[in-house]
Amino acid sequence: MDVDPEVPSAPSAASDHVVALDQAVAVIGGFPVLAGATLAVSSGEIVLLSGPNGAGKTSILRLCAGLLPIARGSGSIFGFDLATQRDSIRPRVGLLGHRNGLYGDLTVAENVAFWGSTVGATPDEIGAASARLGVDGRLNDVVVSKLSAGQKRRTSLACLVARRAELWLLDEPHAGLDAAGRDELDTVLRQAVSSGATVLVASHELERAGSLADRVVDVIGGQVHDSGASS
Amino acid sequence: MSRWQIARLVASKDLRIERRSRVLMNQVLPFAGVTMVMFAFALDASNVLERVAPGLVWLATLFSLLVLVQRSFAIESDDGALDALRVAGVDPVAIYWGKAFALAVQLAVLEVVLLIAAVLLYGADVPLGGIVLLATTLVTATCGLASVGTLYGGLTAGFTGRETLLPLLVLPVVAPVLIGATRAVESALGTGGVALSEGWPWIGLLSVFAVAFGAGGALAFGPLIEEAT
Repeated sequence: MDVDPEVPSAPSAASDHVVALDQAVAVIGGFPVLAGATLAVSSGEIVLLSGPNGAGKTSILRLCAGLLPIARGSGSIFGFDLATQRDSIRPRVGLLGHRNGLYGDLTVAENVAFWGSTVGATPDEIGAASARLGVDGRLNDVVVSKLSAGQKRRTSLACLVARRAELWLLDEPHAGLDAAGRDELDTVLRQAVSSGATVLVASHELERAGSLADRVVDVIGGQVHDSGASS
Repeated sequence: MSRWQIARLVASKDLRIERRSRVLMNQVLPFAGVTMVMFAFALDASNVLERVAPGLVWLATLFSLLVLVQRSFAIESDDGALDALRVAGVDPVAIYWGKAFALAVQLAVLEVVLLIAAVLLYGADVPLGGIVLLATTLVTATCGLASVGTLYGGLTAGFTGRETLLPLLVLPVVAPVLIGATRAVESALGTGGVALSEGWPWIGLLSVFAVAFGAGGALAFGPLIEEAT
């Protein structure tokens, strides 16, 4: 696949919507964390999921990443069925959750190289991903356990870029970032979208994330209330 | 990337983390060494120690295996890396083989050190004729232990209380390795007049165990971590 090393590649046109959930129900430990969620996200959109704690925002992201099984209803990502084709979905999806998915004893460069290498990224692509998030240079050889929370977040995003994710699922991505880091993140997301990626963001910071998003949908009680209005 | 390339990537990542964190050097080896010394105190008679030296080496190895397996999966679960590997669609068979290989390398280092300790502390002799049998025992037993450890480490990675669950699951399963490896090493060392030829049938058992868990573990690892995490 020939891709721009600095930004994720565009999703294929396997279906009309990158994300299509129809009355999706997901259950954890007998508790329905999603109770009939319906959501459609088109290619190149940035959609903000807003709502109170425990409303189901993270569960929607985990469902879209193929980490949470769909119990009832239906759903597809890039046209692949969430119930039966999760293995086809996962390589095209990047999830930045509450945890960063980094190895604390490896350096920044080693972490980005590891995640990039899982998809066969070249050293140039890996270096470009680090540079894009500002974790190259003096941070390159610092072990991740010694980084600040914001620097870890940036490193995790660099891994996402190196992995060439086509659907970015971000859970509170601005958390822990300083003002410069937040601006940089917004820039990275806009560039990713301009090259064809799609972004689903869950955030409590409506002012910050809302200005970034094309559309805001409310998640309440495990259901999605999509007014269809632009932010 | 091919399955082998991913497995190599995972193994080199795990070994690099070990080289940097030095858990094997600073925690596991001292723990195993102290265990051997305590056995020496408890069985304070040179003829008894020499007789039971092979069993003590493998008991110390099994206890240390638990520490190594927990460490191997702690690095994956501490910051959600195992979830990230799943989301990235990394082949679970490759993850299993990579982690098992890294674990086997660490176990092999540990076993060599423990054998040297047995020679020094317990006065065990290593006859020249027994070296091939000894080396074969180390290789086959290590493969079996690494396969089982990686399988159950993945299974328990997502559970609360995995520190207590792992020994309860692993120790009964690896009992055949403990028995087979002990008997084979007894033959290699000629402990209690056991003939060298009596050790080779135990190698057969260890080989079957290693192949069964190596192949079965690779197949089961993906579904297990899906359910466990």
